[in-house]
Amino acid sequence: MAKVISAKINGILLRVEEGTTILEAAKRVQIKIPTLCKHPDLPASAACGICIVKNKGSNKLLRSCCTPLEEGMDITTHDPEIVEIRRTVIELILSNHPNDCLKCARNNQCELQNLTADFGIKEESFPQLLRNLPIDQSTKAVDLDPKKCILCGRCVHVCQESQDVWALSFLERGMQTRISPAGDIQLSDSPCVKCGQCAAHCPTGAFVEQDNTAQVWKALQDPDKYCVVQIAPAVRVSIGEAFGYVGKNFTKKLYALLRRLGFHAVFDTSFGADVTIMEEASEFEERLLHGLRPLPLITSCCPSWVDFMEKFYTDMIDHFSSCKSPHEILGVLSKTYYAEKNKIDPSKIFMASIMPCTSKKYEITRNDEMFASGFQDIDTVLCTRELVRMIKQAGIDFESLPEEECDSILGEYAGAGVIFGSTGGVMEAALRTAHYFVTGKELKNVEFENVRGIKGVKETEIEIDGKKLRIAVAHGLGNVEYILNKVREAKVNNKEMPYHFIEVMACPGGCVGGGGQPYMVTDELRIKRALALYEDDDEKKIRCSHQNPYIKRLYKEFLGKPLSERSEKLLHAHYKARPIYVK
Amino acid sequence: MEHKKINPELGQLLNKWKDKEGNLIMILHEIQNHHGYVPRELSLELSKMLDVPLARIYEVITFYNYFKLSPPGKHRIALCMGTACYLRGAAVVLNEIKGILGIEEGQTTKDGLFHLDVVRCLGCCGLAPVMMIDNKVYGKVKKSEIADILSKYIKEE
Repeated sequence: MAKVISAKINGILLRVEEGTTILEAAKRVQIKIPTLCKHPDLPASAACGICIVKNKGSNKLLRSCCTPLEEGMDITTHDPEIVEIRRTVIELILSNHPNDCLKCARNNQCELQNLTADFGIKEESFPQLLRNLPIDQSTKAVDLDPKKCILCGRCVHVCQESQDVWALSFLERGMQTRISPAGDIQLSDSPCVKCGQCAAHCPTGAFVEQDNTAQVWKALQDPDKYCVVQIAPAVRVSIGEAFGYVGKNFTKKLYALLRRLGFHAVFDTSFGADVTIMEEASEFEERLLHGLRPLPLITSCCPSWVDFMEKFYTDMIDHFSSCKSPHEILGVLSKTYYAEKNKIDPSKIFMASIMPCTSKKYEITRNDEMFASGFQDIDTVLCTRELVRMIKQAGIDFESLPEEECDSILGEYAGAGVIFGSTGGVMEAALRTAHYFVTGKELKNVEFENVRGIKGVKETEIEIDGKKLRIAVAHGLGNVEYILNKVREAKVNNKEMPYHFIEVMACPGGCVGGGGQPYMVTDELRIKRALALYEDDDEKKIRCSHQNPYIKRLYKEFLGKPLSERSEKLLHAHYKARPIYVK
Repeated sequence: MEHKKINPELGQLLNKWKDKEGNLIMILHEIQNHHGYVPRELSLELSKMLDVPLARIYEVITFYNYFKLSPPGKHRIALCMGTACYLRGAAVVLNEIKGILGIEEGQTTKDGLFHLDVVRCLGCCGLAPVMMIDNKVYGKVKKSEIADILSKYIKEE
């Protein structure tokens, strides 16, 4: 056990484990030290200088984010001098910031704006010195405005260390310092996988999602359009945060809300997830029993992960499930099956996806296969934060809305479909159905506890029909290397594969921690969001995708069987190696 | 632009440094010395060979003044902005050069003929304001002389 030390913060005596930073220790005695660069997900970088404190008997100011509390310290976190220094630091940051808050996507949700308000800064104390750097909107998913950057380094750290993508870097130094891909190229020419974790961690409006709400408003006003919409699993458990609810499931209020906004039909991506499972579990069965293509099978429903694989792990292409992501599947089904059934001209259907994700914005036009219905299968993607804005613009009292059901037939989902939103969820859902496909028997206990939870890499063994299957689940792209290096090593040495089935989600926590979700996410919040999804699953009568009667009907009426010719044409995709740097 | 490849000589050097700590900067030095700048193709190749992301290589290149990302101009103009030169009107001279060549300090003209650097003291403050083009020193330069001086180099082409 670590050594315990005692010290004082603002006169309060406390005992903490050795190594605890002053910032952390202060929290335990209800003292909040302000900071702009420290994020709970990330190690301290001591970049902003706002978290300074004093230790009795020393003239030196300590940065509390990276200074451990030591035995006998007598720390002051707030006094007039400290407050004045903090104010000056903020004023200096503002002298290098456009301060056009009214026109900023982060207005009202900006950490810099909040601190400026807290410190009552009402005028510019230093002359403005702005950098003339262009805005980058090239990814169609995440926009970068380097003028708004305060160089806290969160995005660079997330991109390089947590996600292992290395699209972003600090270029030059001093006044010239900026964040940019290597060589000032555009993000779309860089390794960027559009995961949006930069935007999720940015304290200001330097990184924000590309806003597609105008496109949706326009379609909703167009009498010629038949507007349909789908919501992803992870959105229902995070949207409440915008209204003060944490870890609460708002599925049925969301259905009602989307109808109020003017959508003709409201679908659920969890139904698409059930279809994904039917196809992917069949693929797994085929690989396991007939060995047509190699094991391990690797999930492919996360577009950032697909982009990452196509750039960095092209030797794994054969292992990738060809199954499209749930929202793409629902998109193509809405413009084929649903259109046919309801005699609607598919060219008039406008499909919007409400996603926790910025990468889905990129996915919808990533190649010709995203036009499998003969039209663009998904017309636009809004992330959770954009939907919140639409709710407010529409003047709808979201919390008081009645609960409604979704539209049939692309709506009713099994429990398996909704846990897709959490790390380990796709694996668990797939195993429930794969077990049935391989053995012909239903599972007694459908819960696979070992693949749940926030641990970065989860490895476990399960038994299907007396056969031991090795499973791995990773979330946060930085955790992929460990798993795939083992696969590579086995391939090179012609050894037995370390796994049969691998799930990867690009964002920490899976989609509940997606780059388009409400701001200030921490592991604590990711866990609460995920638990709400597992509760939804737990409360469902039907928990396996293959038992969903609407899925059965879809296959009977339209697709035939999983991996049928029609399924292959509409629901499956192919992958190719892409250059890490286009320029 | 000609396609730059790592030649065998450089390849040998890379092997020498490959497994040593701090190798990136040493190799970048060699490339800078060899080519006069660090071509992007070489950075990309280096990134693969050393398994260092390009982002990190560019962080290092752009941190140090010594490394350049574009080829040097044929003639390097070094204009002094030290105290003496500054007081005797170097800023006016600098603006004139920028105006004629259409470049900012640290940049190279499109035709690759001139590169403009602003430096601190060339060691002959008595001649302020001082300018050097390659190894030739121009002392007590006036704004009105700049066009003539530059045109000599242009005519040589």
